[in-house]
Amino acid sequence: MSATTTAPMLGRDIAAARALGRRRRLVDNIIRWACLAATGIGLFFLASILFTLIIRGFAAIDLTVFTRTFEPTTYGDPEAPRGGLYHAIMGTLVQTTLGTLIGTPIGLFVGTYLAEYARGSALGNAVRFVSDVLLSAPSILVGLFVYQMVVLPMGGFSGIAGAAALAILVIPVVVRTTEDMLQLIPNTLREAVVGLGAPKWKMVTLVCWRSAMSGIVTGILLAIARITGETAPLLLTSFGNNITSFNLNSAMASLPIAIYQQANSGFPDLIDIAWAGALIVTFGVLAINIIARLLLGNSK
Amino acid sequence: MPTSDTPHIVRSYEEELKRLRDMIARMGGLAERQVADSATALIRRDTELAAEVVARDAQLDLLEREVEAFCVRLLALRQPMAADLRLIVTSMKISSDLERIGDYARNGAKRAIVISSQPQFASLNGFSRLAHLVQENLKGAIDALVNDDLARADEVWNADQPVDDIYNGIFRELLTFMMEDPRNITAATHLLFVAKNLERIGDHATNIAERVHYAISGQILPDERPKSDSSAYAVVRPPE
Amino acid sequence: MSSAETSTSSTSFGGMAARSSAALNSDARISVRNLDFVYAPQLAKSLKAINFDLPERQVTGMIGPSGCGKSTLLRVLNRMYSLYPGQTATGEVMMDGKNLLDADVDINELRARIGMVFQKPTPFPMTIYENIAFGVRLHEKLSKSAMDERVEWALTRAAIWGEVKDRLQSSAMGLSGGQQQRLCIARTIAVKPEVILFDEPTSALDPISTLKIEELIDELKRDFTIAIVTHNMQQAARCADQVAFFYLGELIEIAPAAQLFTNPAQAKTQEYITGRFG
Repeated sequence: MSATTTAPMLGRDIAAARALGRRRRLVDNIIRWACLAATGIGLFFLASILFTLIIRGFAAIDLTVFTRTFEPTTYGDPEAPRGGLYHAIMGTLVQTTLGTLIGTPIGLFVGTYLAEYARGSALGNAVRFVSDVLLSAPSILVGLFVYQMVVLPMGGFSGIAGAAALAILVIPVVVRTTEDMLQLIPNTLREAVVGLGAPKWKMVTLVCWRSAMSGIVTGILLAIARITGETAPLLLTSFGNNITSFNLNSAMASLPIAIYQQANSGFPDLIDIAWAGALIVTFGVLAINIIARLLLGNSK
Repeated sequence: MPTSDTPHIVRSYEEELKRLRDMIARMGGLAERQVADSATALIRRDTELAAEVVARDAQLDLLEREVEAFCVRLLALRQPMAADLRLIVTSMKISSDLERIGDYARNGAKRAIVISSQPQFASLNGFSRLAHLVQENLKGAIDALVNDDLARADEVWNADQPVDDIYNGIFRELLTFMMEDPRNITAATHLLFVAKNLERIGDHATNIAERVHYAISGQILPDERPKSDSSAYAVVRPPE
Repeated sequence: MSSAETSTSSTSFGGMAARSSAALNSDARISVRNLDFVYAPQLAKSLKAINFDLPERQVTGMIGPSGCGKSTLLRVLNRMYSLYPGQTATGEVMMDGKNLLDADVDINELRARIGMVFQKPTPFPMTIYENIAFGVRLHEKLSKSAMDERVEWALTRAAIWGEVKDRLQSSAMGLSGGQQQRLCIARTIAVKPEVILFDEPTSALDPISTLKIEELIDELKRDFTIAIVTHNMQQAARCADQVAFFYLGELIEIAPAAQLFTNPAQAKTQEYITGRFG
């Protein structure tokens, strides 16, 4: 036995060690229960929102919601035809698709510029900063901007203005995901491509984009999910419409606005339709998110 | 364990090892020939052949230097392991054994020239047998290395005794001849040296066999091999 | 083989660091004269006045401790440093009478003539066939059958044809590490370069895959001039015909492999290869 071994534990040391252990376990448990409680509170609110949505939404949903366009309330006239959300669904589809088609290429190229051509440069940092600000900017501001730039010169609300606002909202999302996905690609791959004698643009388009493709597509889906539920910018640009219209030069309906208008009307049947619309929006966005996650999972 | 049947992944290394074996085989063949010719020159009193043997020894010396340089290069550049390493290290030692054998053969040839200028006083059957035995052992040892033949190496390792026995006999015989007639002393003394050279060649052949055993099996043979060279203690009394 | 020297005579290089290439019976495919290199304008030189030749159709090994500049030098030869702003090389890298560092050199064509294999195998996210065809298509227009032939030729020369010939259309990401590296080698030789640069090609591989690639390099040197950077000097001993030792950005010694590893002229070299360094 060398002189550096610890002396055997005496009785009073054992008792002290046990008390310390108890205190530690107590603190451990307190913290654990506090976290569980917080989770419970959060989940409660989430669950109650979903619960309410599902109850009210499923009660009101039926095939006519999808197939019939807006009809005034049936309050006071039970024989009147019941309306639906066809006009709003179509409007949302048109504006979302157009907004995505406009915003995605711009976002893709800006993201590629940031990741491949402007790393560390002052201009690149400025662009990235602006994009990040835009990402979390209040969407009403975007709507106001498009109102000033498109609606006023055109003399009225229009679907194209709505699509433009949505495009502006799509761009920063796509920029962020594109840049992130491209930065994940190791430099060794880039050097290998360039080492074969490929010019830079070929390296970017034929190899980098291909490598990052599933991540970029995920980003686009997330952008779509975001703009599907945007109300404020559309209020100022396409304003909403009660008839089914595919005319981009005039006001166009959209689901969020239809929900807002019909919920505001005060008539119970219209409010029911609004809940149905909310359900459609929620599940639509949920589906897109699930697909996006599956894609990202598959690419790993 | 002997080298496996699968060649080394790097072909140039495999070829270098083969080249080393060829060099040793060539050196062994040359050494055998020197011994044979040296003995023949002695027995047939052929001074021309003896002169050839003396001249050819330079080739063996050159080969020894080549083998040594090649082995050093292999050790530096190839990081040989296991059987390859043993092969290379034993090749270096064997080449110096073979060079010594060549030196003894050359020495014998030189003395053969002197002996053939003296009157012949004895039959050289003993020498003939001694030389033949020694050549066989030498050939066996070289063959064992080239063919990875462990059994043959062990055979040769055990076969030094007959060589020593014949040498003892020759030793005594030559002493007797010297005592009989002082005019024989010059020739007999040279013959003594030649006989000793042949016996040493036999020892070197056994050494080679020992090293081959190590190269193939990785085991070192026991220190004591069967020897019966008693010439160190031989005393011959003149007849009364 | 001029490199199979077995003489024990030593070539003296005098007391100064070697400034001329080793006396091999080959013309230099690439000649480096007075090369300096900095990673950024304000930093110290990473390469100082390098004078160095790559003999035609020989393997030149480059060894030295970490940070000595061997990889830096390799990446100057095919101007890979041009990808990164701020990195600058000055001096001459002569190939066929032209200085490769000149501004008017077509970099893409340069990299078709000087190929590079990297430390980490980097298969492209495409099929095996496409991996090989990609590089070829950058520089040549080949018919389908000609491309098929070229792909087969490249995969055969890289000693991987037998293992992949039945799954050319499957993804290259499904190959093992050693196979991926041989695929990368096949990809590099498919464009028929004159020089191939290997940057620590086997440090990510197991010993048997390493030996297979060394055997491959042995065969490739019949047709290509090869430079190989390795931190494993035993690999340089096994593979290289001549070996260059670098230290702190300078070329300390360059000599035939057998000579450098048995009797180096410079004390620093001896210290490094015997493991008595710093």
